[in-house]
Amino acid sequence: MKPAYDLGIVGGGVHGATVALFCARAGLKTVLFERGSLCREASGVNAGTLTMQMTRVALIPYALQAHAMWASAREWLGHDVGVVVCDGLSLAFTEREAELLTFRAGKRREAGAPISIISPSEAMAVEPGLSEKVLCAGHCKVDGYANAYLTGLAFRRALLEAGVDLREQTPVSGISREEQGFGVATAQETVPVKRLVLAGGVWLEDMMAWFGLHLPIKVLINQLAVTERIRPVMRTVVGIASGLLSLKQYPHGTVVIGGGWQGVGDRKRGGVELLPENLVGNMRLACHAIPALKEARLARAWAGLEAETRDALPAAGPIPGIPDAYICGSVHSGYTSGPYIAKLLADRILEREPIDPLFPIDRLLAPQDAAQATRPLSTHPELAGADETPHSL
Amino acid sequence: MALPLVLPFDLVVIGAGPAGGAAALAASEAGLRVVLIDESAAPGGQVYRAMPAGLSHSDGALGPDERAGQALREAIAASSVTWKGGARVWSISGRYRIDTASTAGCESFEAPRLVAATGAHERIVPFPGWTLPGVIGLAGATILMKSQGMVPGRRTLVAGCGPLLAAVAAKIIAGGGEVAAIVDLSSRADWLKALPGLASRPALLKQGINWFLAIGMARVPVLFRHTIVRAEGENAVASVTASPVDGNGRLSGGPERTFEVDSLAVGHGLVPGAEIPRLLRSKLAFSAASGGWIPVRDTFGRCSVEGLYAAGDGAEIAGALPAAITGRLAGLAAARDSGALDSARFEILSEVTLAAFRKTLAFSGAARDLMRPRPAMIEDIAPDTVVCRCEDIRRSEIEAAIAAGASEVNQLKHFSRCGMGPCQGRMCGDTVAGLVALHAGSREAAGYWTGRPPLRPVPLSMLLGEFDYSDIPVPEPAPL
Repeated sequence: MKPAYDLGIVGGGVHGATVALFCARAGLKTVLFERGSLCREASGVNAGTLTMQMTRVALIPYALQAHAMWASAREWLGHDVGVVVCDGLSLAFTEREAELLTFRAGKRREAGAPISIISPSEAMAVEPGLSEKVLCAGHCKVDGYANAYLTGLAFRRALLEAGVDLREQTPVSGISREEQGFGVATAQETVPVKRLVLAGGVWLEDMMAWFGLHLPIKVLINQLAVTERIRPVMRTVVGIASGLLSLKQYPHGTVVIGGGWQGVGDRKRGGVELLPENLVGNMRLACHAIPALKEARLARAWAGLEAETRDALPAAGPIPGIPDAYICGSVHSGYTSGPYIAKLLADRILEREPIDPLFPIDRLLAPQDAAQATRPLSTHPELAGADETPHSL
Repeated sequence: MALPLVLPFDLVVIGAGPAGGAAALAASEAGLRVVLIDESAAPGGQVYRAMPAGLSHSDGALGPDERAGQALREAIAASSVTWKGGARVWSISGRYRIDTASTAGCESFEAPRLVAATGAHERIVPFPGWTLPGVIGLAGATILMKSQGMVPGRRTLVAGCGPLLAAVAAKIIAGGGEVAAIVDLSSRADWLKALPGLASRPALLKQGINWFLAIGMARVPVLFRHTIVRAEGENAVASVTASPVDGNGRLSGGPERTFEVDSLAVGHGLVPGAEIPRLLRSKLAFSAASGGWIPVRDTFGRCSVEGLYAAGDGAEIAGALPAAITGRLAGLAAARDSGALDSARFEILSEVTLAAFRKTLAFSGAARDLMRPRPAMIEDIAPDTVVCRCEDIRRSEIEAAIAAGASEVNQLKHFSRCGMGPCQGRMCGDTVAGLVALHAGSREAAGYWTGRPPLRPVPLSMLLGEFDYSDIPVPEPAPL
């Protein structure tokens, strides 16, 4: 049976949708399967921060490219996703944090992020809403945020215009290997596709099991909170040295408070429960940074899932031993970097040489699984010694 | 300041109206340690709402609602129930930890069982001008009059459906206000059809007859089978126009009538406030007759999530007396399930209560029928009428989001911000779901907003208190 589609994608978040978009525009007949609605999991419920100061050093070059993509989303995606480009500050309130901040800013600067350490008065000039308790701040001009909840709307229009066969509310139950590709099994039918991309976020572990491969994916349950609309109290993206805060006020007046404080949940049930202590801690940190925020009322809080591989670096590249099958996901701060990494994978599928290296998953598979690999282990320069990256100062 | 200690109880009851009050009393009489939490300063809920300290009824005469409220407050005060008034529940976690915030500070409670008795909110199907100052909900108007002794305006038009119409009009007259007209979706025939049901509770029927007598004495025009087509005014409502409708709520093309007023009290029925079952992902079912999405539960209010009970209008619109009964059943069931009541005692107590419940069915059925949603009203909302008033989203924008692919209400929320405002989707939720259902095929397909904490918006200052930086348990830094 000749495959009806050149490319089948399982998972309709930023990664899957971006791969689908660029491949379809390049002429591949593309079908995308999403068990729910487009970009309604991590891609739609995250804090929308587009910052370098929370991005992993190894991903800075990718995040810079992706930031430029978000900033020009209207051109390539057809919708601005509410992106605002503004200054970003990462704050230190203690000597230890100042030390951590200086060290981390240095590492990120080496990787290309234009971060400088500035004094409290300089920080106050950048962000007049700031607390006087700041000891120093990392300042980056390349920062900003999107309205994450608009992501699905933006991609939906773009994918339909590009001619992608978009199948929302269509869970995939398994993949069979066929002579000329794969069969994607849904409740209605098995859809034959020539090439396959798994882009299932935290569910990539389950999807890889379809091929008998074990790719451990840790699930983070990130809590988020949003206030009612209030008068302008801040104009930058504000974080903290440890990375445990992300804070910005949207043009309509609401303030989104995030930073990865953990709630309760798992990949089966989603984010089922918010921990009150962690919400209070996160919001106290926010009010400590921007004191006027205390005027606001908490309107809503929720939890979003984030996927993390063993070394917290992406899973993006071919699936070892399975020709024509690819994986794309588990990108730390994936909303920021996602579109660029997915675009690189689209280049690879389209047999164009990706400008930046991908993140092959051989390194993450159990030895017997990796032995299936048809390619040598990664020679990605930044992956060498990734495990030795200091997790804290 | 350290985070509050978690106080252990056998049962937490949220909402101190007739349902929550009865649940707390029944469970506490059976020996459970019960904490009863409500955002109001005193028990009573909306129907038995107490006047704030320092205010009292000028004539000293108490109506049946005031007497019932006073009895409930006295019973709770005399019981071993721990009362937490003026407290907003902002988090429910585990099975079950309840976190509250109040001007006095934050508190945490823990219990293996939880009764959700959070009552109902109003349904107002949008019409042009419904967001003008001077337009108030029917139930909102009763609260204004009960708790503050204030009429909504000098000259008020009362519109919508159900027994509240007569109650509000009569209270306005008694309070010295003028009622310009009553605009009722129901016909005389609808009321006649409801009469045998309403007559099943003679005390309430008598109250109703008194209301109608007062309305008749004041020569208030009553427009049956009419609806409000628009409210107009520069800075506040100044005139309201009504027009005839059919039984489905669709304009029948008859003559319009305009009334000069300074206020409009309007309500199209009640929607169960099932926020807690929704938040805890308990099973819900859609029932138009019961007011909307209601928690699936057994006779005693046990929900699909273990240890959760739902009672009162938050579980199904039925009114104050049935609420007190379903509350009592939930309280008894919680006591039985925690072993405080043996099965024989439980049987006896619940049998009596169930018998009382069955006697209320005819009345609440009749009242519910008068308040039933009229589907054509939603279908006929004009494109430029605001539907989500927190975010200023018009019907045309909702339709555009649906055309862009929003197939259920949560996706619609993402596409349009509809429901993201401070009312947390309470005011617009039922209408929005009705609009999505026109395309999705059914209310089931249109879905319901995912439950999110807090149950009501809470000031951060109240939630966070005074603290030092060292009090914040900042987790380990993320990997570099």
